[in-house]
Amino acid sequence: MSKMNKQNNNLSRGILWSLAFIFFVISLLQLDIAPEKLANIFSRTQRLLDNMFPPVIDDPINIAGAAIESLQIAVMGTLWGIIFSILLAFFAAKNMTPHISISYLVKALAAFVRAVPALIWALLFIIAVGLGPTPGILALAVNSVGMLVKVYAETIEEIDQRVIDAIRATGGSPIQVVMQGVLPTISSIFISWSVFRFDINLRYATVLGVVGAGGIGWELIRASRMIAYNEMLGVTIVMFIMVLGAEYFTRFLKQRADLATIRATK
Amino acid sequence: MTDIFLETRNLKKVYPDGTEALKNITLTFNKGELVSIIGPSGAGKSTFLRSINRLNQPSSGEVIFQNEQITNVKGKKLLLVRRQIGMIFQDFNLIKRSTTVRNVLHGRLGYMSSLKGAFGRFSEEDVKEALAILRRVGLEDHAFKRADELSGGQQQRVGIARAIAQKPALILADEPIASLDPSSSSNVMNYLKTISEEDGITTIVNLHQVDVAKRFASRIIGIKAGEVVFDGKPNELTEQRINEIYDQRGLVNELTS
Repeated sequence: MSKMNKQNNNLSRGILWSLAFIFFVISLLQLDIAPEKLANIFSRTQRLLDNMFPPVIDDPINIAGAAIESLQIAVMGTLWGIIFSILLAFFAAKNMTPHISISYLVKALAAFVRAVPALIWALLFIIAVGLGPTPGILALAVNSVGMLVKVYAETIEEIDQRVIDAIRATGGSPIQVVMQGVLPTISSIFISWSVFRFDINLRYATVLGVVGAGGIGWELIRASRMIAYNEMLGVTIVMFIMVLGAEYFTRFLKQRADLATIRATK
Repeated sequence: MTDIFLETRNLKKVYPDGTEALKNITLTFNKGELVSIIGPSGAGKSTFLRSINRLNQPSSGEVIFQNEQITNVKGKKLLLVRRQIGMIFQDFNLIKRSTTVRNVLHGRLGYMSSLKGAFGRFSEEDVKEALAILRRVGLEDHAFKRADELSGGQQQRVGIARAIAQKPALILADEPIASLDPSSSSNVMNYLKTISEEDGITTIVNLHQVDVAKRFASRIIGIKAGEVVFDGKPNELTEQRINEIYDQRGLVNELTS
């Protein structure tokens, strides 16, 4: 019996491997990854690097303005995302929702929103509201809602029933239960997640400009169209510094929030 | 007895999994008495208390509180009933990350407009009152500490303070000392007794410890498997009656848990 199983396993494994190999070969041929191209990699890279160094920032004021715009898009997108997510999360959380079907509906909606990448949302909103930072903010807000509703709702679902009982027993109304009981208990976990989302949003905000949704990404595309590789590197370095700075900032905030959580659960 | 304060008639509770937690509980309570309910774990003591302030919905039967049928009141009406009934929990059920005084102020939520309460816009009068109540339970120095910085006994006194802040007519205490050490336990029981006597608040206390019940209560009710098996004065509760309430099996459970 077990011997037969083993044989079966071996057979199916063999089939899988050969299928994977065939797929690999077909892909190689179809995508035209020719050996001569690979051979050229080094000389091309050499040329690119020669053109990139030294990096320049041609128009510092303009670049700085674009960088700040990216930051603003990230902040605004995160803020609106948080506001809508908190509201929706209470409808999504099974222990708070007015009706269980509303919970499923909101969760399904969030899953759908989450499944569509931020860049696609940006393209959709550009069609809807035109170029500029507005579609960027909307894209990030919507994409944030997809993730935050899920994590907020899960946090709310894990809340101790005793906290809810405490306020209900005093004659508190449902909204008082939420605001005086639930929110103070989970606020630090909410803050942790929101800060994490801001970190993600800032990364997105730097590239949203590539599709025309405002911010520093546009400068990168502009430089690449002019084949100004040294400027591209300059802009990339600015992006790198922004993201790194944000990472340090969010780590600092997260540590503080975590500390508060540890103190609370002690 | 013309002036029955609280009455339950044929109160029944069947949980969705089929457990019959309460079978026909019919009891009356008078104004100002301190009643202790004793019985083994799982006898239905908690379910009974939670059926009174409707944290649990009874399956059938009636609860009559101050001559008013409250078994099926809903919405705003239910909140008005609940604000007259303070509840004290085994695990204190404080909002741990809020300050002590704010936890006491939660007792005022039922008296405020929903939004004002939600945003914690307590009136100066309420804050002063809350601080005075904290003084009464000996915690005035801890008013602005976070609730989770206090010891268990102190947290339970905050729980009592929150109940008093409601200016309740009835206090339900569900195993208030089960999570406390002996000295905090008698301290907390003393506060409950004092408040019941001084403010004339009817108090129903679920207890595990028969000796504590005998020491503090003016009347003891024994519940076993969802039924009332004893109702009388502490001195009527003989060893034999205790053994009936906690039958051999129950006693063993009690000792090993």
